[in-house]
Amino acid sequence: MTQAPIVTTATVQARQKTYEVRAGMTVRDTLLRLQLNPESYLATRQGMMLTDDEIVHPGDVIRLVAVISGG
Amino acid sequence: MKCRKCGQKAAINMRQHKLSLCSEHFLEWVLQQVEKTIQKYHMFSASDRILVAVSGGKDSLSLWDILQRLGYTTDGLYIHLGIEEGIGYSAESERLARQFASANGLALQVVNVPEEYGKSIPEYARMSLRGQDKPCSVCGIAKRHILNRVAREGGYGALVTGHNLDDESAALFSNTLNWLPGYLVRQAPVLEADRPGLVRKAKPLVRMYEREMAAYALLRGIEYVYAECPFSTGSNTILYKELLDKLEFERPSAKMNFYLSFLQARQNGLFTPQADPDLEKLHPCPTCGQVTSAPGECTFCRMVAQ
Repeated sequence: MTQAPIVTTATVQARQKTYEVRAGMTVRDTLLRLQLNPESYLATRQGMMLTDDEIVHPGDVIRLVAVISGG
Repeated sequence: MKCRKCGQKAAINMRQHKLSLCSEHFLEWVLQQVEKTIQKYHMFSASDRILVAVSGGKDSLSLWDILQRLGYTTDGLYIHLGIEEGIGYSAESERLARQFASANGLALQVVNVPEEYGKSIPEYARMSLRGQDKPCSVCGIAKRHILNRVAREGGYGALVTGHNLDDESAALFSNTLNWLPGYLVRQAPVLEADRPGLVRKAKPLVRMYEREMAAYALLRGIEYVYAECPFSTGSNTILYKELLDKLEFERPSAKMNFYLSFLQARQNGLFTPQADPDLEKLHPCPTCGQVTSAPGECTFCRMVAQ
């Protein structure tokens, strides 16, 4: 019998890019690890907005909404 | 993190205000902040008819939503610029503006530039010296002209735009880096209709961070055009906003202090109207009647006559 692999990562989607990140960090630390400025994004999980101190759990899909616009 | 008002789970933390709020209290807070800004700068009153410049983006649609919730009488104006560039940018923006107006029972006027004037903005830009590289300058000229024209023809008390604090601080950054006295003199939350041909213009979101406006649209469920204008890639405005966000990350409220202390300095007389090098040249365009500093006809009338 084979065991299902233990998920330890989460997915972060920002515009056209998708990143695989280690779970267990805060939203703020996850963004900084990806070299994204937390001031310039809103993080959402299942359509709910997250504050920077929320923990990213294994298997989460975090969608980042870019804040900056304008030409 | 908990909402300061009710203790429930917060949806947003605003470090610049040392304030975290849940969805319900954040939406309420935004309405209060915008109403305070309208009052503080004497932008318009409840008896005025307001024309909202709507682009289909988060700021202008949120502004329209906020103004109607605050009880103001508003109509929208969408300008179809003819920007397609393989992604149907203008068509999608127009669809979202129409969808918002229809869902909220609001009147939206649409000016289609290619249909009304003969060419799209990218086409006008290709014909113009100032638009050889990018059409942004030509686009700005056309939008300012049409917004002013429609607001004037419709007899509106004020024309409002969705410029937020990040737009204003990025513009201020640019105006300061280049020391442009004319732009610094005219950069204000309200531009008075102090010359014939002009309408009163106001920016009710000038004290709202762009991050707050994106959160408002998201939490209110307002569908807006998320794709960037294809011509804005690599623009100075985006670069300045990124730089200011870096500063904001290290020093929360830096953007707000930069902009609000500028307004204070302006009010204290640091930038006098005489500092505007175009002041002496201003005259009504003989064709459309709008104010211009260009010799003879205004730049827009010369452009469409080509």
